[in-house]
Amino acid sequence: MTASGTALYLDGVSVTFDGFKAINELSLVLRPGEMRAIIGPNGAGKTTMMDIITGKTRPDRGQVIFDGEVDLTRLDETDIARLGIGRKFQKPTVFETHSVEDNILLALAGKRGVFATLGARLSGDEARRVDRILRLIRLDGRRKEIAGALSHGQKQWLEIGMLLAQNPKVLLVDEPAAGMTDAETMETADLLKEIAGEHTVVVVEHDMEFVRALGVKVTVLHEGSVLAEGSIDHVSADQRVIDVYLGR
Amino acid sequence: MSSLPKSRPMLLASLDRRSWTFLATLLAAGIIVPVANLAVEPGHAAHLPSYAVALMGKYLTYALLALSVDLIWGYCGILSLGHGAFFALGGYAMGMHLMREIGPRGVYADPVLPDFMVFLNWKELPWFWWGFDMFWFACLMVLLVPGLLAFVFGWFAFRSRVTGVYLSIITQAMTYALMLAFFRNDMGFGGNNGLTDFKDVLGFDLQSDTTRAGLFVFSALALAAGYVVCRVITTSRAGKVLIAVRDAESRTRFLGYRVEHYKLFVFVVSAMMAGLAGALYVPQVGIINPGEFSPANSIEIVIWVAVGGRGTLIGAAVGALTINGLKTVFTSVAPNEWLFALGGIFILVTLFMPRGILGEWDVLKARHAAEKRERIATGLRRMRAAAAEGAHLTSAVEAAE
Repeated sequence: MTASGTALYLDGVSVTFDGFKAINELSLVLRPGEMRAIIGPNGAGKTTMMDIITGKTRPDRGQVIFDGEVDLTRLDETDIARLGIGRKFQKPTVFETHSVEDNILLALAGKRGVFATLGARLSGDEARRVDRILRLIRLDGRRKEIAGALSHGQKQWLEIGMLLAQNPKVLLVDEPAAGMTDAETMETADLLKEIAGEHTVVVVEHDMEFVRALGVKVTVLHEGSVLAEGSIDHVSADQRVIDVYLGR
Repeated sequence: MSSLPKSRPMLLASLDRRSWTFLATLLAAGIIVPVANLAVEPGHAAHLPSYAVALMGKYLTYALLALSVDLIWGYCGILSLGHGAFFALGGYAMGMHLMREIGPRGVYADPVLPDFMVFLNWKELPWFWWGFDMFWFACLMVLLVPGLLAFVFGWFAFRSRVTGVYLSIITQAMTYALMLAFFRNDMGFGGNNGLTDFKDVLGFDLQSDTTRAGLFVFSALALAAGYVVCRVITTSRAGKVLIAVRDAESRTRFLGYRVEHYKLFVFVVSAMMAGLAGALYVPQVGIINPGEFSPANSIEIVIWVAVGGRGTLIGAAVGALTINGLKTVFTSVAPNEWLFALGGIFILVTLFMPRGILGEWDVLKARHAAEKRERIATGLRRMRAAAAEGAHLTSAVEAAE
């Protein structure tokens, strides 16, 4: 298997924190436009995997290739974000004192340099893109309010909106349904399905109902490596997966 | 339709009503103070004594210094506990020019060497004093030296992601190290005594009332200019990025912003503003010595900003003027208790006015506006109810008829 033609290619990735193997010989391949759900018990290495892909953590060994050719292990967070990998954190992280619309505006793909933003003015095109995203994430009516005033679920949506504004090729979404009501959870699943296709999406989630609603291929992580892969029905029938989740 | 603000020329768009009030106040002070000092006869009730002009001029340079700290602390979360260093460096650059301008009028009457060098038996001017006989060169150094130090310091600190309290500690260490270095005689900056005995600047006698009034006006202008620069930066999109860095640094990084570049930019601008403040401070107080590098000075600046209202710009200036005004009054009444009073003020403000003077004022105003809206809404509801009641009665009467 080679990296060419893939959106994201991880091969033999390992990282150790103080002797603890957080990620152990992890291999994962995503096709362009694919949506993948990653599940696994606490400490399985889901968040560490995202840290490695986004440049926050450097792996001790292994290959991490983006877009078939770019070696991500040599780049930092900013470079990787500029290449087109967006990330949503587990805890919703938005700019609390900025208005909802400014949050989206700051995320919009565009020039990122100090002097470019110092002289930047709002273009008609930018205003239209902000409007479109605000409607999509259903926060159009609260655009002037500061983001800190939003509910937990709305912050999750705002952060997803910021990811969309960034227009990345690959989206890494960490527990998007955490703290949401059942209705919100289902709406979030619909939103993510809408996004997939144009973007490659990796969703890390605990909520099995949510993963089922996504209806995509599932990778089960355990102790830093892949335990099983396949449809939700396939992996939830796997005895090893059941043992990991329930047995111990 | 988008409700995002329409573009206007950046400079004008950056100034709100409060900005204009602030600038107008500075302009008024810049006119009234010199007039009350120079044109009004001494003995008249409206006469302003010369010492007061120099004092207020000094306060304005402190206000500019506070503004520079608010730019980085209030808007980018960089708490510098060493900003006095940039202020002192700007001050030394100006002091070096003033020393050169003394020329042969010094005690030892050496046409080139300042007195302290003759005293140390130096034969020629060290290389780093070259060029300071020219006013324009000194002015350039006032901005460049603090700017360069901030650039080098910031480059290493921000690239290594030193943040929060660790950054504060190393800024403190920086100013302390500079203080120790400047205390040494062989550094070539007058050691312990610093630079003093200045005679004039650009040929104007520093002791004369007109020169002092002129320096006051320049301090007011510098404060106004510094304020406008801060407003342009903080209201631009780059300003939004700075606030984003302050509130969620890693989020900003994952959006593709080069956080260290933004920090470096604002840190350098801030250091240059502090340097300019120092350069205006020195001719008004007549001396610059290593004491200006003392860590306590830098901490005091942070207190001014906290008291006035962090992240409000004008609040920083208000805080600097308020605290220093109080300090002047207090030190003449009970000189030994001033530090206790300053500590007390800081504790009280932190406990009861965490947003500072201007921040709390804004909260009060917002609450007042909300109450007013509420009153209007209640009034409207009552009127509607009364109207409905009236209509109901009318129809009842009509039905009865």
